[in-house]
Amino acid sequence: MNEPLQPESSVAQRYWNPYVAGVGLGLTLLVSFVALGVGLGASGSTARLAASAAHAVAPAAVESNGYLGSWFAQGSPLANYLVFMTLGTLVGGLLSALFARRIQVAVERGPRISAPARIVLALIGGLFVGFASRMAAGCTSGQALTGSALLLAGSWAFLVSLFVGGYLVAPLVRRQWTS
Amino acid sequence: MNLFDQGLLESPLGWLVAGLVGLAFGFWLERAGFGSSRKLAAIFYFRDFAVVQVMFTAVATAAIGLVALDVAGLFDAASVYRMETMLGPQIIGGLLFGVGFVTGGWCPGTSLVGAASGKIDAIAFILATLAGSLVYAAYWPQLAPLQNVGACGVVTLPELLHLSPGVVAAIVVAAALVMFTAIQRFAPRRQQ
Repeated sequence: MNEPLQPESSVAQRYWNPYVAGVGLGLTLLVSFVALGVGLGASGSTARLAASAAHAVAPAAVESNGYLGSWFAQGSPLANYLVFMTLGTLVGGLLSALFARRIQVAVERGPRISAPARIVLALIGGLFVGFASRMAAGCTSGQALTGSALLLAGSWAFLVSLFVGGYLVAPLVRRQWTS
Repeated sequence: MNLFDQGLLESPLGWLVAGLVGLAFGFWLERAGFGSSRKLAAIFYFRDFAVVQVMFTAVATAAIGLVALDVAGLFDAASVYRMETMLGPQIIGGLLFGVGFVTGGWCPGTSLVGAASGKIDAIAFILATLAGSLVYAAYWPQLAPLQNVGACGVVTLPELLHLSPGVVAAIVVAAALVMFTAIQRFAPRRQQ
C-alpha cells in the first residue's frame, strides 16, 4: 500500500494513524450527541457569517430574503451554537498544528500548477461547496458524519452522492496535485 | 437529557459546550492530517485513504456508542436532534458538494483547520463558501421547490430496513471493516 501522505516540512511531526484519529473524532461526535443533543457542524456557521456580512451592506434585502430572513428574527444570526463550535474548531486546529509544528503559510499545490491557478480552483470549489451545503442542509460534518452516525437515510444518500460527484470530476482537476 | 431537549442549546452554557466540542473536533481533524488539501484530495486519486478511514471509523464509533449508551439505559438516543430526509436536495447537493470538494481540496470543517494551519488556499475556499451560500439564498425563490422533492420527514435506516438500530450499527461497523481490509490489501503499491 502507498505510504500515507505526510507533511512536506521536515520539522513537522507525522500525522496520527487514521484509525486512531477516527476513534477520537467518533468519540467527539458521541460527546456532542450526549452533551449538546446535536452533532457536529461547520457550514452553518459560515453561512451565518455570510448572512451577517450581507446584512451590513443590504439589511432590507437580507431580512426579506426567504432563506436568510428567519435568521434575523431573534437578533444576530451569529448568536448561534454553530458559530461557537466553529470558533472552537479553529482554535483546536491551531493548537494541534502548533504542537505538531505543522503551521506553514503557503498555497498548498502540486508541482505542475501555479499558486494563482490553485487559488482559482479553491475559489470555484468553495462556491460549489457553499451552495451545496445550503441545498443539502449540511456538509461533511453535519450530514455525512453526524447524520450517518445517526443512521439517517438522507444523510447516507448525501454521503454516497458526494463521493460519486467527487470521483466523477476528479480526473478534470488532477493536474493541481500530480507531478 | 441534553442541552438541546432542555432548550439550552442557545444559552451561554450551550455555547461554551459547543465551543469545547469544536475544540476537540478541530484537534482530531488536524491530527488526522486534514489541515492539508493535498492529503484530503488524495482520496479521489486512490493515493491516500485517510478521508475514508477517518470518516467511517468515526461514523462507526459514534453509531455503536450511541446504541450502546441507549441499550444500557444511560442516554436516550431518541433525544438527539435528527435531520429530515429530503432525497432531492441531499442527492443533488451531495453531487455538487463532491464536485466542490475535489476541485477546491477542502470541505467546510477541514478548511477551518487548514486556515488555522496557514494554508492560503483554505482561506480562499472559506471566502468562496460564504459567497456560495449567498448565491443559494439569492436563488431561494427558484430553489425552494426542490426542498419538497423526495421529502419524507425523519427517516432512519433501521426503520427503512425493519432492523433494530443495534443491528444496523453492527452492519455499518462490518462494512467499514471490509472496506478497511480492502484498502490495506488492494491499494496500489507505488514508489514514493
